[in-house]
This record gives sequence, structure tokens and C-alpha cells, in this order.
Amino acid sequence: MSGAVLHRRLFPRRAGGVPLLNAAISLAVIGGGVWAAIAFFRWGILDATWSGGAEACRAHGGACWAFVRANFKLMVFATYPSEMLWRPELGTVLILALMIASMVPRLWGKTLLAGWVLVPLADCLLLSGFPGPRLMSTNEWGGLPLTLLIWALAYASAFPVALVLALARRSKLGGVKTLATGVIELVRAMPMVVVLYVSSLIVPMALPFAEVNLFLSIEVALSLFIASYLAEVIRAGLQALPAGQDEAARALGLSYWQTTLLVVLPQALRNVIPPLVNLGIGILLSTPLVGFVGMIDFLTAVRLAAAQEQIWPGCYGEAYCFAGAIYFALCFASSRYSRWLERRIRPGAG
Amino acid sequence: MDGEGRKEASFFDQKRRLPSPRGDTPLARLQRWWGGNGLLQILLLGGMLALLAFLGANIAQSMHRLGMAPDLGYLWRPAAFDISESLIPYQAGDLYARAILVGLLNTAKLAFFGCLLATLLGVSLGVLRLAGNPLLARLIEAYVEIVRNTPLTLQLFFWIALTHALPPVRQALQPLPGVFLSIRGVFLPWPAIEAGRLMLSWPVLHGFNIGGGVSLTPEFAAMLAGLTVYYSASISETVRSGIESVHAGQWEAARALGLARGRIVRLIVLPQAMRVITPLMTSSYLDLTKDTTLGILIGFTEVTAVIKTSANNTGNAVETILVLLAVFLSISLPVSWLINLYNQRLARRGVIAR
Repeated sequence: MSGAVLHRRLFPRRAGGVPLLNAAISLAVIGGGVWAAIAFFRWGILDATWSGGAEACRAHGGACWAFVRANFKLMVFATYPSEMLWRPELGTVLILALMIASMVPRLWGKTLLAGWVLVPLADCLLLSGFPGPRLMSTNEWGGLPLTLLIWALAYASAFPVALVLALARRSKLGGVKTLATGVIELVRAMPMVVVLYVSSLIVPMALPFAEVNLFLSIEVALSLFIASYLAEVIRAGLQALPAGQDEAARALGLSYWQTTLLVVLPQALRNVIPPLVNLGIGILLSTPLVGFVGMIDFLTAVRLAAAQEQIWPGCYGEAYCFAGAIYFALCFASSRYSRWLERRIRPGAG
Repeated sequence: MDGEGRKEASFFDQKRRLPSPRGDTPLARLQRWWGGNGLLQILLLGGMLALLAFLGANIAQSMHRLGMAPDLGYLWRPAAFDISESLIPYQAGDLYARAILVGLLNTAKLAFFGCLLATLLGVSLGVLRLAGNPLLARLIEAYVEIVRNTPLTLQLFFWIALTHALPPVRQALQPLPGVFLSIRGVFLPWPAIEAGRLMLSWPVLHGFNIGGGVSLTPEFAAMLAGLTVYYSASISETVRSGIESVHAGQWEAARALGLARGRIVRLIVLPQAMRVITPLMTSSYLDLTKDTTLGILIGFTEVTAVIKTSANNTGNAVETILVLLAVFLSISLPVSWLINLYNQRLARRGVIAR
């Protein structure tokens, strides 16, 4: 039912009182909005400093966008060498292109799937400086390219694990089912900070022969962490599928795997794409936590830039506005898209 | 609808009580649970155990190489560090176990007040968004979108930067009577027992100090503000979707029966909306509790921070991790078990799909 109908039901208009209250609320909202808009406009535009140094900023008193301009490279690419910047730039463009391509229903298919495997790997190669004169170790990667790479790599590698976990949790075999349920519930019980902290300590100890660096430990942990949430999303899609689909396929003589791969999964996955997008947003928003175990992701780089108190005192507001705007642009667009898709898949819902 | 539902429920209950054709001895039940395909399952479980044993052996070997001995006894040795805020008396030199308890109590305090305030704010926002004023609804929508589409970490950094930008105690801001904001923290009125009577104790500014009331450290205040704002957005969406999930026919039917508005909400709408709201709200509470661990990023000493410091000081990293896992498993598993139980009960009544 529409919101308007509901409003009238929750708060039916009685003579006199409510319209007046309503008008007062409207006025207050408009007044507050205008006041906030003016204050932000003055700080962010009128009194702002767009170029120059910290002295120019202090003279004006408003926002110091000169800080963002001067530290743009540091915030977006961290300490990656200038002469090799085309590598993280290209990698970022590739991942953004992958994100956009994934949003076009016409492109959903094997090619896109291949893209999800190849693009993160290609991005790894790009950032590592291979092939080239100078190889970059993973702890020299940083900034927005690193955030996007961690996101894409973890999400892509979590998917097959999640598929297996989801199918196993719905299995009729008790041992398989209990094992999958146990893994999913154990991982979901942990906060992400704890998972990252534990993995940064335990993974190198558990695999002493392999040269496990921090980046790899984090990717392994994030992949397992995301998989347990992803498995629950996929399970919901499997549960929502009418039992007739499964029964009809079995009646035609298809085996369990044929039924699952050809009939059940394609439909179930298509139905859960909106929650998959939402999960992707959630993961992107929690990537800053990798800063806690020592990776220089985008938000950490922004924070480091803002912490140059000697050169740029008190620029936290500007730095966080800049970072917030970028996260917001990525996530808001995606969440609008997921809502649009939801309506397309299920007309009448949401 | 209601009568129908009840009939269906009793039908299902009846069906559950019928003995299954294969008998209901424990052995039969075990067989049903096991399913079949024995070889594959045994191989899988065995493989999993072997993997765990392999990783465990590696960890033990690595510990041995690094000169660490597995030992939980460190919990009963004195800890050398101080903790900035504590609900129970604590000082450097007390046992590690007590230090961890202090961290746990800080986590619990933050989670409790966070859930409380987020619920108050979230429910108000969710209801106000449906209250018929389009401007107010858009404003709340903008709030929800901004809060939900930026990282919680970023918001916490913002809040802690804000508390660090507050004036010193002498020039403390006083946005409301009895509320002081200063760089040393937030001071609020708080109930206290004075001379046997329950009174509200007000903070009073004298010189360089504020006495009376309750004081929140800047870190706690920033965490509380951040978690409250972040989770109020998701709770308001939960409340809204819960109320909107009740079909319009329910309102109309109740009005046709001549029920008053308050009774419609209380007897018809809320009970149905709660079926949607309860599981979502519970998982929000669980997520909030897990996100108290972000306190470690801005210097709030919750349980993870204490355990990490202990691990650094003692070198007993693996054992401290076991303690950490135990803490969060014992918080999360009972709650998700309760959510499952609730959903199963609704499913049995035929309210949602099995």
C-alpha cells in the first residue's frame, strides 16, 4: 500500500489540530534546512580557499579545499610512485567498468563471470608492477585502488565458497549440513575487526611454508567472512524458489547436480541480485577496517593526509568530506540501482 | 484470516505429533538426520578434520619456533597496563582476567546504551517518516541515505574528531541545561541516591572541574553517538517496513469493526508488524554489539582492545585469540539461535514460509 494511505491511517486528520501541527513541522523543516544549507554554503563555497597553502586557508576561515587539492595524490593513491601511477589508475578504471557492466541485465552471462575472475587478477598484476622495471610489494599498494581491489577480489573469491556453503546447508545429508551450518554460524558470530586481527596473526602461523603476506591473509579472511554472509543470501534465494521447480526437474530424470546447476541456481541467483548488490555495498563500507591491521586503504590514506598537523592544521573536516563524498557516490548509486532492479524483478514490491 | 491461521496452526501441530513412518527411536532419528551417501560424508568430514589438524599442527610448530608455549595461565598473572575507563575498580597490577572483565563490561555498557538510544531514535524516525508530512519524510530519508551510504568507520572518525575539537572544561558548551560538552568528555544529569532518596544529580561547573552527574569519556561519547546514529537509520527502515508490511485491508477491516485508532494500532497492526520487526531488530542489536569492537580504532577500551594489549604484552597471542572467540561466540550464538527459534515458531503457525 502506498505511504500516503498509511499516513492518513496512522495520523488521521482531525479538525484543526493536525494540519496546524503539520504546517508547523513543515516550517521548522524548511527553516532548519535553509539555515543548514546557508551555513554549509558559506563554509564550503563562500569562505572556502581553493588554492594556495595553509596560510591562505587560515586567512579565509572557511573550508580549506586547497588541502584536498594539494594532497589529492596522497589520499587517492597513498605512496604509490608517481611515474607508475597509470597502473593503479588503469586498475581502478577496470574495476569501476566491471561494476558498471554488472549493472546491465543484458550483460549477465558467462562473459561477465569471466570478467569477475580476470579483472581482479589483472588489477593485482597491474599494482604489482609486473611486467616492468620496478616490482611493488603488496604493502606499497594503497589508497582507493587498494580499497577497490580488496573489495572486488574478496567478493569474487567468496562467491564459489558461498555457493558450496549454501547448497551444503540445504543438503539432506546431516553431516554436510551440520558442517556448513557450523562454519556459517561461527564466522557470522565474529565481528569483522576480530576476524581481521585473528587472520593477520594466525594465517601466517598456519601456513609457515608459504610466503603469506598481510594482503593475502586479509583476503583469505575477508573471503571466508563474506562467504558466510553471501551463503545466507543465496540460501534465501534457494528457499524462495517454488518446490515445483525442483520436483519437475527431478521428474524429468535430471540428477541432483543437473537440477541444481541448470534449473535451481540460475533462477535463485537471479532473484537475489538486489540483496547481492546490498551486500556488496556493505562490504565496500567495511573495507576501511583493513586499516586497523596495517593496510593503507583509501580511508586510512585520507586520515594520514589529514594528520599532517604541522603543514595543514585542522583539515579533518575537509578530508572526511572528500572521503565521505566518494564512498557515498559509489554506494548511493548502487543502492538506487538495487532498488530499481528489485522493482523490475518483482513488480509491485518495494 | 485470524481464524484461518489458527486452524492451519493446529493442523500443523497435529501433523508434527504423528509418528513418522520410519518410527521415532533415537536411532531412526539419527538415520534420518544422516541422510545417506555415507562414504562421501565421511570423506568430507574426515578431510575437514585433517585440514584442521594440519593447520593446528602448523600453528603449534610456529609457536614452538617463536618460543611461545600454549598457556592460558597468563590470565592469572598481573597485567602491567592501565585502562582509562572502568565500571569496576581496576589498576595496573591487577590480573589479566580482571582487565579482560573490565573490557567486557565496557563493551556491555556501550552495547546496552547504544541499543537503547538507537532504538529510541530509530523508532521515532521510522514513525515520523510515515506521519504524513512529506518534507519531514524527505529530510529523514536524506538522513538515512547519508548515514547508510558512508562507512561507519568514517563516521566514528568524524565523531572523535568532533569531541577533540570541543572547548576546554572552563569554556564547556552547554547546549541544554545540565549538559556540558568539553574536551574532557560529556557531562549529563544522572539519577543518584542521596540521603536515601532517588534524586537527579546535576553536573555543576566549578573552575577547572565539573562535579556531579555522570561523565562520559570523549571516546565513549564518540562511540555512543556514532553507533546510535548509524543504527538508528537501519532501525527506522526496519520499523517503516514492518508497519508497511501490514496489509491495508487489516486497517479497513478493523475500522469496519468499529475499533478506535489506538486499539487498531495496539491490537491489529503492531502484533503483525512485530513479526517483521522483531527478527530484523534483533539482528541490528547483534550487529551493533559486534560493531562496538570498532572502538579499538578510536581508542575506546572495549574487550578487543584489552585482549590485543594483553596479547602484545604477554606474547600469548593464540590463547588470547581463543578467549576473544569464546567471548563473541557466547554473545552471538544464543541470539541467532533465538532468532531461528522465533522464525520457526512463526513458520509453524503458517505466518511465513518454512
